[in-house]
Amino acid sequence: MAISVFRFAPKTWGAADDLEAVAPIPLPSMANPTVILSGLMVIFLLLFVTVGPSLWRQSPSQQWLSQISEGASRARSVRIVSDNGAWRPSKKADAPSGLKVHAANTEYVRLQWPKLAGIERYRVYRGDANKPGLGLAISETADSYYQDRLQLSSEVYRYTIADADTGLLLLSREVRPEAAMSVFEAQLQGLIPVTNNKTQWVEIPGHPLGTDALGRDILARLMAGGRTSLFVGVVAPLLFITFGCIFGAIAGLMGGWVDQLAMRFVDFVVALPFLLFMILFRVAFGIGPGENGIMPLIVAMLVLSWPGSARLIRGQVLALRSQPFVEASRIAGVSTSRIILRHMLPNVLPMILVAFSFAIPQAIFTEAFLSFIGMGVSPPTTSWGALCNEGIKTLLSHPRQLILPAIFISLSVLAFNILGDALRDATDRRSGVVRA
Amino acid sequence: MLSFIARRLLSGVITIWFIATATFFAMHAVPGDPLTQEKAMSPAVRAQLEARYGLDKPLFEQYRLFMSNMLHGDFGISFTQENRRVNDIISKHFPISATLGIAAVLIALVGGVAAGSVAAYCRNRWPDRLVMVAVIAAISVPGFVIAGLAQLVIVAMNNAAGKTLLPVAGWGSVSQIWVPALVLGLGTMAYLSRIMRASMLEVLSADYNIAAKAKGVHGWRLFWHHQLRNAVLPVVTELGPTIAAITTGGFVVELIFAIPGLGRYFVQAVQQLDYTVIMGTTVFYGAFLVLVVVLVDISYGLIDPRIRLHRGRA
Repeated sequence: MAISVFRFAPKTWGAADDLEAVAPIPLPSMANPTVILSGLMVIFLLLFVTVGPSLWRQSPSQQWLSQISEGASRARSVRIVSDNGAWRPSKKADAPSGLKVHAANTEYVRLQWPKLAGIERYRVYRGDANKPGLGLAISETADSYYQDRLQLSSEVYRYTIADADTGLLLLSREVRPEAAMSVFEAQLQGLIPVTNNKTQWVEIPGHPLGTDALGRDILARLMAGGRTSLFVGVVAPLLFITFGCIFGAIAGLMGGWVDQLAMRFVDFVVALPFLLFMILFRVAFGIGPGENGIMPLIVAMLVLSWPGSARLIRGQVLALRSQPFVEASRIAGVSTSRIILRHMLPNVLPMILVAFSFAIPQAIFTEAFLSFIGMGVSPPTTSWGALCNEGIKTLLSHPRQLILPAIFISLSVLAFNILGDALRDATDRRSGVVRA
Repeated sequence: MLSFIARRLLSGVITIWFIATATFFAMHAVPGDPLTQEKAMSPAVRAQLEARYGLDKPLFEQYRLFMSNMLHGDFGISFTQENRRVNDIISKHFPISATLGIAAVLIALVGGVAAGSVAAYCRNRWPDRLVMVAVIAAISVPGFVIAGLAQLVIVAMNNAAGKTLLPVAGWGSVSQIWVPALVLGLGTMAYLSRIMRASMLEVLSADYNIAAKAKGVHGWRLFWHHQLRNAVLPVVTELGPTIAAITTGGFVVELIFAIPGLGRYFVQAVQQLDYTVIMGTTVFYGAFLVLVVVLVDISYGLIDPRIRLHRGRA
């Protein structure tokens, strides 16, 4: 053990601070603003993932094809346009004198310009009207018309037509596409009946935090993802700390060769490379079609994370076992189960609580990390880590998709860490000496 | 001293044996094998491949073979990477991971000790507050997010400058090391500065510190000889687990910054169930970590002469 060569080598192996921990624990005075704030934060996060989805009723898996990676938007009505694929201006229409806009909506922008003598190919540029420069060269064509269907949104664009051979700029015009949705998508979303194509306008819900790269509502996904993250973050520590405590308590109470054997086993589990075995276990437990992968994740964490609390509790139990009040109870004929329940448990409970509160942020981190490398929950189930994984792919164009789930991970980890710190300070008798 | 090192090394060898054995059987317990690919394979081809890689032998025979090969320093041939030897993969890609890791540990160590000392010296004044806020932020934000944000900042900076000040990703030049190393070391740096602050506060109020001051020791000598050497011990204790954390965290940073380190091959091998690469990298990492922990234990004695290593238990 690395710790045992440290300056203040404890007498009992692994049983740090035996005397102090046994002394009666003062009632926690945790009423400081930071702690209250983090408590409120935890409550907010829990409400966000439990009550949230019933207040914000959008489905986290519904895809809005017309709103890929959009920013925040309100509920609004959009025009329904029929989408006929390729387009060319009707023969009867006269050649326009300048750059003519036949239609401008977020499904398509249709442009036509006069054929100019001596020019064989035209190049079409599209740029942001608020920025200088031509923008992107989106097409080259021999025709004098063009239909732009390249991810349009309701902002002002500047289209420029140039001679493809000489690069000479010919015509330019600013266009603001109107919010629209194709008939096909409106039917797909169930906004209009399949047989009725006469509807002109349709009401669509807003996305307060925008949409992701597949057009899904980010707020709804954050709620759904948080459910997974917090569930794993709370349930996994609950399980592995319970198991670790039972294991450690048995080792400590039995003593002798059982204890030695148990602790050697703990040493070996600690030595296992965590990440590798997380992934191996997750694969070994198998994720069948339609399963969400949460259970393998929790089981893997249970198998690998229990030794910490087992060591902690064993040390405490060893220290308590030789305490006068325990020996006195034993001499007085108190039954073993009563000694454990009435005399030992109240003394180790604060430690268990502290360990639990520190295990939560770690479990949230682990889940996020595994989901981030694609070894966590499997789609369509999502988690904050999985959302980050999706978000980092569009990082440069839409940083929001990474930053939003990251904020939620950070907030929850932060809140639980502060609570754990406060709990430890409140139960740690030495805290008066150095800790500020 | 020597017997201490010998005992630590012996327990290290047993640990590595245990890791290798556990990994071997856990890996074989996973359904499927590295020959199971998307493409269907005719039974004849499959039988031939199995014979070539020794998969047709009983599991214990495979285990015995693997162990004897491992003792000869040979981890075999990768299943998925066309006849590449696992030893070659490790010797080619580990130095890259190690360079990144060493840079990260150095940054974390120097930064953590400096920030922690400053915070302790300025207890409850603004430098302390600043350090503690930064520490909390760095501990709460996952490494992959910091990595992403760092790239975003680099891109914005390059755009503003109109030229490439810092490369966003990749490997090969010195300028490509520092950003990933900083990102990788940041969480550890925060953690270490927290420990350093607490232990420095303890030292500052210790009797020997007051005595040294009263004797007239001041300035750098007081800091260097009387305070830092005492206060840095808990930080050194944490170095072992820290290096483990940095090698693990390295996978993600390598992934995001497109660094051809060993971590990528490791994750890829696990996903494809490439038996030989999994075993090779796991045993290698296990041995590496055990060695690091032993070195850290020995280094206590160098820093703190009060420690008698032979009292330590294996």
